[in-house]
Amino acid sequence: MTGTLTTSAVSIDDVSVRFRSKRAEVTAIQQVSLDVAPGEFVSIVGPSGCGKSTLLKLVSGLLTPSSGSVTLLGEQVRGPRHDIGFVFQRAALLEWRSARRNILLQAEMRGMNAAEAGKRADELIEMTGLSGFENALPHELSGGMQQRVALCRALLHRPRVLLMDEPFGALDALTREQMNVELHRVWQETGTTVLLVTHSIAESVYLANRVIVLTRRPAVVHEVIEVDLPGTRDYSATMARPEFASATARIRDLLGAVTGQD
Amino acid sequence: MDKVQADRWRGVVERSWRPAALLAACLAIWHLITATGLVEAYLVPSPAKTFGLLADKWSYLWGHTWVTTYETVLGFVIAGVLGVLVAVAMVYSRTIESTAYPILLFAQVIPKIAIAPLFVVWLGFGLEPKVIVAVLMAFFPVVISTVTGLKSVDTEMLELAATMGGGPVKTFVKIRFPAALPHLFAGLKVAVTLAVTGAVVGEFVGSNEGLGYVILQANGNMDTPMLFAGLIVISVVGVLLFLLLDLAEKLMLPWHASRRGAAVTTLLAKG
Repeated sequence: MTGTLTTSAVSIDDVSVRFRSKRAEVTAIQQVSLDVAPGEFVSIVGPSGCGKSTLLKLVSGLLTPSSGSVTLLGEQVRGPRHDIGFVFQRAALLEWRSARRNILLQAEMRGMNAAEAGKRADELIEMTGLSGFENALPHELSGGMQQRVALCRALLHRPRVLLMDEPFGALDALTREQMNVELHRVWQETGTTVLLVTHSIAESVYLANRVIVLTRRPAVVHEVIEVDLPGTRDYSATMARPEFASATARIRDLLGAVTGQD
Repeated sequence: MDKVQADRWRGVVERSWRPAALLAACLAIWHLITATGLVEAYLVPSPAKTFGLLADKWSYLWGHTWVTTYETVLGFVIAGVLGVLVAVAMVYSRTIESTAYPILLFAQVIPKIAIAPLFVVWLGFGLEPKVIVAVLMAFFPVVISTVTGLKSVDTEMLELAATMGGGPVKTFVKIRFPAALPHLFAGLKVAVTLAVTGAVVGEFVGSNEGLGYVILQANGNMDTPMLFAGLIVISVVGVLLFLLLDLAEKLMLPWHASRRGAAVTTLLAKG
């Protein structure tokens, strides 16, 4: 027990979440346990509305579990944590700030050294291909560009854990693939632990070391798929691999089973 | 003249010729009504006579205009500051919101013209009752628009702010308040026009200076040209104050203005 606490980046231990609505008490998550190793990339898939996002909110401390406990970087989560980066489906950028200043919001809120933060922001802008768009306002950027800004903002303070809640869900298929390739590269360059909630089976397998398949509400862990792919992954080569095909087929089967063949 | 500048002027002309034409048409109709003798001259003076009087009595009107403008601006500024403070308190405290709302609504619903005499009884014929009526008129739209603005902030943005750990003050200064500014400005624009009305109403009830006083005097003397002149000056004061706020909005919120499209269109839609 203590062994897992010190070696896991994220440890979710027998967690349940119940919401009280007007009519009844709804159990969103039921006795879910999950350990994520430092530097690991874990994808979470499951039927719509099963509580995937709730899981990320638990890890970030934006939500408190009804029972069970969540441990982040060896410290139990009680209230919002500041040692994470969060990316939502919508970029959630401040309309009046340029791309660069949106990224630097992270630094300003944290009271980081301005010069250092500026240097780090420029690094990230370079890394995510935002160069030339530093001074553009959010409404002048495409959806993919906006999401890159959100990613840079989430990485500015070098968080050891990055939480992503369907970050590419609103993008078109081609942009999404490009973003997948970039996220893969960023993950390799930063060595950050990533928890990604997604609806895309291909995305979940391409990016992750492990894919957690959740069931319908109340969500329990249905199966954990170990992704047997090389560390560095070329996009089309990975898609063509038999391991990729078998993993996606397995997940598709599982999701079909949990959602009732639809 | 370079091309960019020429284009800019063409844009200005394209946007402003319609309202200018409408204004000219109104003046023409006014002129026709009086010139044809459709309405007696002592009831509706001709535009020529009215503007002639405006020019003749300019120094007299200027002094009174200054008084009314001063009351208006003072009332507007007090209402603006108070309104924002009350709105912030209401957004951050459920208790304050539920406690203050009925009183606020009551203060808004009560006819200001009916309670204005009371302020004269309490505070005399000086500046105070006019400013108070102006504040009362302008306060409500500021509160409502600021509350709406502060509440319109994305919940995801606030969650994000929580993970950044800046605390409530930084979250307010860097995220919530700037996000509320477009709403706040909409409220301020309504408020400034109401503040003019408030100041004039205050002057009606008891005053020996200001444009409200000028109109009341002219009314008593059946001096319709002066009455019309007073009305025109009041309207011009209101429009100028409104335009000043519109300009401030464009300078402070270029990101918002650029998303709304042509400025004059919105100005006409709101004004």
